[in-house]
Amino acid sequence: MSIVRFLALAGLATALAGSLTPSSAKAQNSVPQQQYFPLQSYRVGPYAAGGTGFFGGFIDYMTLINARDGGVNGVKLTWDECETQYIVERGVECYERMKNHVPPPSAWNPLSVGIAYAMIPGITADKVPLITIDHGRTDSTDGAVFPYVFPLLMNPYSESSAIINFIATRVGGPDKLVGKSIVVLYHGSPYGKETIPIYQLLSKKFGFKLEQIEVPDPGTEQESQWLQIRRIHPDYVVLRGWGVMNPVALKTAQDTGFPADHIIGNVWSNSEEDARPAGDAAKGYIALTTQATGTQYTVIRQIVKIVYGAGRGDMADKSRIGSVYYNLGVVNGILNVEAVRIAQAKFGDHTLTGPEMQWGFEHLDLDPGRVAQLGATGLFHSIDVTCADHEGHGFVTFQQWNGSSWHRISDWIAPDWALLRPIIVASANKYAAENGITPRDCSKPQFAAN
Amino acid sequence: MDWGFFAGTAIAGLLAGLMYALVAIGFVLIYKTSGVLNFAQGAMVLFAALTFVSLHEAGLAFWLAFLITLAAMIVLGILVEAFILRPLVNQPPITLFMATLGLSYVVEGTAQLMWGTQVHALDLGIKDTPLPIPDILVSRFDLFCASVASTLVVVLTLLFRYTRLGLAFRAAAEDQYAALNTGLRLPVIWAAVWAVAGFVALVTGLLWGARTGVQFSLSLVVLKSFPVLVLGGFDSIPGAIVGGLLIGLTETLAEVYIGPYVGGGIDEWIAYAVALVFLLIRPTGLFGQRSVERA
Amino acid sequence: MARSPAQPAANAFAPFTLALAIGIALGFVPSDYLFDAVLTPFLAISLAGLGLNLLAGYAGQVSLGSAAFMAIGAFGTYNLLLRVPGLPLLAAIVIAGLLTAALGLVFGLPSLRLRGFYLAIATLAAQFVVQWALDTFNWFSGGDTSGVVEAPPLMIVSLAINTSVRRYLFCLAVVAFLTAVAIRLANSRIGREFLAVRDNETAARILGVKVLSTKLFACVVSSFYIGVAGTLWAFLYLRTIEPDGFDLDRSFEILFVIIIGGLASIRGAFLGAAFIVVLPLVLSRLGDAIFGATFDSGLVDIVEKIILGVLIIAFLRAEPEGLSALFTRVRILLPSQAFSRSS
Repeated sequence: MSIVRFLALAGLATALAGSLTPSSAKAQNSVPQQQYFPLQSYRVGPYAAGGTGFFGGFIDYMTLINARDGGVNGVKLTWDECETQYIVERGVECYERMKNHVPPPSAWNPLSVGIAYAMIPGITADKVPLITIDHGRTDSTDGAVFPYVFPLLMNPYSESSAIINFIATRVGGPDKLVGKSIVVLYHGSPYGKETIPIYQLLSKKFGFKLEQIEVPDPGTEQESQWLQIRRIHPDYVVLRGWGVMNPVALKTAQDTGFPADHIIGNVWSNSEEDARPAGDAAKGYIALTTQATGTQYTVIRQIVKIVYGAGRGDMADKSRIGSVYYNLGVVNGILNVEAVRIAQAKFGDHTLTGPEMQWGFEHLDLDPGRVAQLGATGLFHSIDVTCADHEGHGFVTFQQWNGSSWHRISDWIAPDWALLRPIIVASANKYAAENGITPRDCSKPQFAAN
Repeated sequence: MDWGFFAGTAIAGLLAGLMYALVAIGFVLIYKTSGVLNFAQGAMVLFAALTFVSLHEAGLAFWLAFLITLAAMIVLGILVEAFILRPLVNQPPITLFMATLGLSYVVEGTAQLMWGTQVHALDLGIKDTPLPIPDILVSRFDLFCASVASTLVVVLTLLFRYTRLGLAFRAAAEDQYAALNTGLRLPVIWAAVWAVAGFVALVTGLLWGARTGVQFSLSLVVLKSFPVLVLGGFDSIPGAIVGGLLIGLTETLAEVYIGPYVGGGIDEWIAYAVALVFLLIRPTGLFGQRSVERA
Repeated sequence: MARSPAQPAANAFAPFTLALAIGIALGFVPSDYLFDAVLTPFLAISLAGLGLNLLAGYAGQVSLGSAAFMAIGAFGTYNLLLRVPGLPLLAAIVIAGLLTAALGLVFGLPSLRLRGFYLAIATLAAQFVVQWALDTFNWFSGGDTSGVVEAPPLMIVSLAINTSVRRYLFCLAVVAFLTAVAIRLANSRIGREFLAVRDNETAARILGVKVLSTKLFACVVSSFYIGVAGTLWAFLYLRTIEPDGFDLDRSFEILFVIIIGGLASIRGAFLGAAFIVVLPLVLSRLGDAIFGATFDSGLVDIVEKIILGVLIIAFLRAEPEGLSALFTRVRILLPSQAFSRSS
């Protein structure tokens, strides 16, 4: 190889490298103080319905804060979107692309278990919080081991426990669960399998018979699974689905004569997009949620008036405002923004760093009174995050599909946190040992220790 | 052994198999006449179903939405012939296969660009409740799908056997050069067969869409039809039906009777395993005509 | 199959020099992003493409199960490091590669009777069985119920591979070494036997080539390469090991790499990987820069996808022999001494 050719190649490579280098410091001078949120959104591909709703709600809430309050105490909220299609390496590429942004990322909200897992080592080294609202690895609830990971509102174990508690109320009390039969139909993926041991534990504790049946991804065909269910003849079926698996499950249940109001969906089987495609088969279907649907809450009404009134709303289809994923996005926005506010109270009203944001999330305490001030009463219950508990004692509720919309049919229900805590701590400690992490001492005041 | 349950399982499996066969027919049509394994068949199913359901939701009558979608599929067939098949004539099959992968990106993208990424419900007006036979559950909807699939096979078989177009299709399938020599215009034949495949995609999209909701995942139903193709042969329409029935049957029985002992979820691959074992014994598939040695 | 001849040895070093050149260029454009999000995945995918090209391009057996073999390599390395204390990283990678090769032998058996699309579909069995097994039995992920595990810290003797540049260099070294081996192999008697079997089995048999063992050997070598690529992908790029990342789409991606790059060409794997890994990133950047302000990211992404599809079709029309052939043609057209090789 000649020198000339080598230089030509090197020059080409430099140009290529230059074109791919992330552009940082975008719009940095025009806004003196800003809090930046990198959004790894997914608006195309198989899970686009969830992504457009969630990120639409999140963005609309941030737009509302900027428009109504001029930001958080004068600090504007800013964001960029990067499309992941829910694919892990695209999410990782987005993370690499946006992590060196100036000002620094406040928190990551990928809404994807796979992407979140892949980011944990990176964000822990960067010291920027990773929010996995309603999902994520359960043991990251233990903030002593996972200082920067926040499965806010609800982790998968709490979800399982809450579902069983709800079934208990339907059959007339926890003691009536003895001898009942429950089938868990789960998506064939790490997400679907995560709760297998916890249902076994709950089955032992309450004395109900348990079968757990896998539906291979994507779940467009479930005849054999529902035939098995028909043979078992359970009292309840817990649907732990994702994407197209959910409407197909409801359809096939009808095919095989299983009543929809004895199917209890988990948090990723609880949206309009899960129930509506099943048509009549979904009527009566019940699902868990951490946030109620509808547009009657003050905060959502303000978004419609101020954000959409000014033509600045994110949703192309306005009828989806108030849907499950949209409202989850709004709640996620509230939690992120309140973490900023709480951290500002300690560190000052300016652009906050990752560790400062971490402090904010770790002191995120919104009691029902504060939730009312935020105009979100009834939208979600409350949250109280601490160093040891990154979930924040979230309450859940249950909703029933009437053929066109969801209606709440239960009070806010608490999972059995005391039962779950030792398992979570044990799992977190195993992770700590494998990865050479020394858990923090949560009894001491935390900051800058990391 | 609970024979009633066994019978119910077997019937459910056979009916599911016909749904796979429906997708497989789309592949067979194109492979038979142009030697292309059309990976974009799934994207075409998605495109057809999304177009239909969006038009229908916009207030068009069922038949009008159906006709407009069909016209769109015919246009698609003509475009594919002009921009992909003709320029790539005489390229190795694998190149054509990759081109259809590229085509699937374009078709999926166009479908989402035109109609958005929302999930739509599709109601064909058939009550999806089981027939009232004790012990054995047979879904009315599945029966309807089965009859549509069977009709489609009969119609296509008649088309191939007794019409001029069908004769041309077969001539093109036998020997492209000979067909050209006798004055057949291959481009027209290819465009026509892609249009017919588009029609099959539309029917498939409606039936599967009514089951699963019309959404992106529709494009994944093709994966279920590959073992059917292997078993039935890439170029045989009756093979697709018989292959579909066999795959549906074994898959369902295996999942119900063996699945629980090995952790479940085996219907993900059991169809492929069955097809593979079968192929080792009889490498041309059930009805395959060409030598498998042809690459 | 395309009847393209094998590339001469020296040619194959071109992409390599390109990779090295990019590495040097990065001295001027310091950015973790390029190493972590572009170059390291580029190298891993290139190596997988190289492995598949040995099987599909040289020996004529198309496989749609590459991702499964990547998964076997990645989970193999993970389990070796987890269960065999004190095993050096490189040894674990090699043993996991050998393990992949052994399984490649098993899944290669159908190739003795099948060819073409029938074989391709048969390899899908490998894809689904492996993914199912990894999903179902959490022993493979060290008992972690979620099935997703983080890559452990990597060490070579006492040097921790914990920065973007070190990860990149480690990949580069592994890929460089294996590419050199592949070039030797492709130009050896075995490489010529691969081609003979691909082009005409009967003729090959008459010439004294042991067809069956040649086919199986191709499976073994190819699987080894793909297994190592899987380890690089999971441990040095994603740093998470999960079955979902090795799905059918990944298998297609690798097949894309060699079709676009050029069958039976070592450098084709690198060129194809550059096309597949880098082009979507460039498109996405351009899309953001041009339309990002006016349209939402979903729309931009859909348009990018359509453009990618169109480019692939256009490319197959313009250059069915792959980028590698295009490169050769460009060199022929340019009489300049600058582009001739010193050899």
